[in-house]
Amino acid sequence: MSLRSNILDLRKRKREVQKGGGVEAIEKQTKMGKLTARERIVALLDKNSFHEYDLFVEHSAKDFGMDSKVLHGDGVIIGTGTIYNKPVCIFAQDFTVAGGSLGLMHARKITKIMDHALKMRVPLIGINDSGGARIQEGVNSLAGYGEIFFRNTLASGVIPQISVILGPCAGGAVYSPALTDFVFVVENISKMFITGPGVIKSVLGEEITMEELGGARVHAELTGNAHFFAMSELECFEQIKKLISYIPRNNGTRAMPFPPKPPKKGLKIEDVVPSDPRIPYDIRDIIKTITDHSEFFEVMENFAPNIVIGFGRMEGETIGFVANQPMVLAGVLDTDSSDKAARFIRYCDAFNIPIVTLEDLPGYLPGADQEHAGVIRHGAKILYAYSEATVPKITVILRKAYGGGYIAMNSRHLRADFVFAWPTAEIAVMGPEGAANIVFRKEISEAENPEEVRQQKIQEYKEKFANPYVAAAQGYIDEVIEPRDTRGRILHALQVSENKNVFLPSKKHGIPPF
Amino acid sequence: MTDKKELKNLVIEGVVYKTTYTWKFENRVKWETPNPNLIYSFIPGTIIDIFVKPRAKVKEGTTLLLLEAMKMQNQVRMPFDGEIVKLFIKKDEVIPKNHLMLEIKPVKIK
Repeated sequence: MSLRSNILDLRKRKREVQKGGGVEAIEKQTKMGKLTARERIVALLDKNSFHEYDLFVEHSAKDFGMDSKVLHGDGVIIGTGTIYNKPVCIFAQDFTVAGGSLGLMHARKITKIMDHALKMRVPLIGINDSGGARIQEGVNSLAGYGEIFFRNTLASGVIPQISVILGPCAGGAVYSPALTDFVFVVENISKMFITGPGVIKSVLGEEITMEELGGARVHAELTGNAHFFAMSELECFEQIKKLISYIPRNNGTRAMPFPPKPPKKGLKIEDVVPSDPRIPYDIRDIIKTITDHSEFFEVMENFAPNIVIGFGRMEGETIGFVANQPMVLAGVLDTDSSDKAARFIRYCDAFNIPIVTLEDLPGYLPGADQEHAGVIRHGAKILYAYSEATVPKITVILRKAYGGGYIAMNSRHLRADFVFAWPTAEIAVMGPEGAANIVFRKEISEAENPEEVRQQKIQEYKEKFANPYVAAAQGYIDEVIEPRDTRGRILHALQVSENKNVFLPSKKHGIPPF
Repeated sequence: MTDKKELKNLVIEGVVYKTTYTWKFENRVKWETPNPNLIYSFIPGTIIDIFVKPRAKVKEGTTLLLLEAMKMQNQVRMPFDGEIVKLFIKKDEVIPKNHLMLEIKPVKIK
């Protein structure tokens, strides 16, 4: 055989395997409104940057007639490529091949690219579209999942791990995405659950559709499993690319700096915030008066919207923002919002992203449901995350900072590096109404006209304590600033924090309340 | 998500805040003091047998019915000496969680 014929033979073999599950299966995939695994990789990565490995891998299962079945690539595509010219490792499950089911070799391909990503310190992107374990391969497919979960955990906090749910991801398979940093879902396409509607109906008698049980919206709004929600696969890929532009490729570097841009003109910070702490506004409008080009890339937009988290840039550098949202539930901390913020703080800390906290909250959400849902241990997560974080930590108190909420939101006491307060800030143990009722209980109840005395005492308390100066007198806040100086003060604080170096006591690891 | 929503009141420590609610908040389970005379299912499942009839006097610890769930036959027992007031379930019925199964009342049994 000549070299030429060898080359032609290779091309023929490649073409054959690259067909995946064949024309019919691909048609079915398209009819479901889904791209094929190969199309997805091409759409996500830089043009012509993808290199595939393990194309010719075959399974060696024998039972249940598997010995006569050819599964191209064993139902998964792995390889490397670039996004914005920066390398990434990627795998994409191919639903057209045996429903993307996970067998031993399928799992080995995934773990190979995972090992590669960790060794080379580059981000890992996993596209999930699989019916689950390949039952014919028995415990080998369980072993495969376990090997993947283990690697997800090892790589956690070292390289960014991104999971994209573009099809079913059910049973044990859901735990790989759950262990990764960011989960992307797409309307009508993503389905995640531990047990499906069929089993739920037969065992429990509850009827529920797949979409209601574990559709994209459910995970983006209710469970908090998903971080980004898109209406189409292409929109989802744009979100992934945007995220990649904001984060460093590993925990040993900083995010790629962009050319600095001032915030857009026309957004006046003083016009956004009403001075009455009971009147809401959208905190995202404040973030946009601070960030470069007024851009803010929100994470988990629809889950626990009473706290806002996400990325923005300041003088070209990526910053993580954590901000109470007075527009939703008055910006309270509760189980979900504590959980959401704590994980984001830990992400920023692991990947050298400074954290800017914008504070305006009345405290924790009262309610038997909250107490019984464990608001104590969930709320503790946010304290833990802030205390432990060693990246630059800057807090700006806009209006309310009451009670436990004040402590939790990156206060000086949890080792904030810089704490600024607007003149509208009220740093106090609780709101004036509640405090006056307790402190002056006797005077109010014994008065001839209790309501009049109550209002008088509330006013008295307001004048004395509902301001930033009591905390400023103790040095708990560093500076009372004019709102329009907010961006400038944060930028200066970031500049001063450039070489921040603090040490935590040496330990194997802490025991956070999760 | 937060756009165009009507502002509502949220009271925290005596202060009335104007804000919006989330779906989860509006659908939160409101606390009710449990009534010891009402026995609810603690797990969804199938009633595979019932051993008591209304007006029967039953001693504490007696098995009242079997509720099969997740392949386990759970014995539902009488929490105190008393009388069966009413049955709300039938044999072979599939019931959800927190479904009212029995009403009982405490009665002294010699």
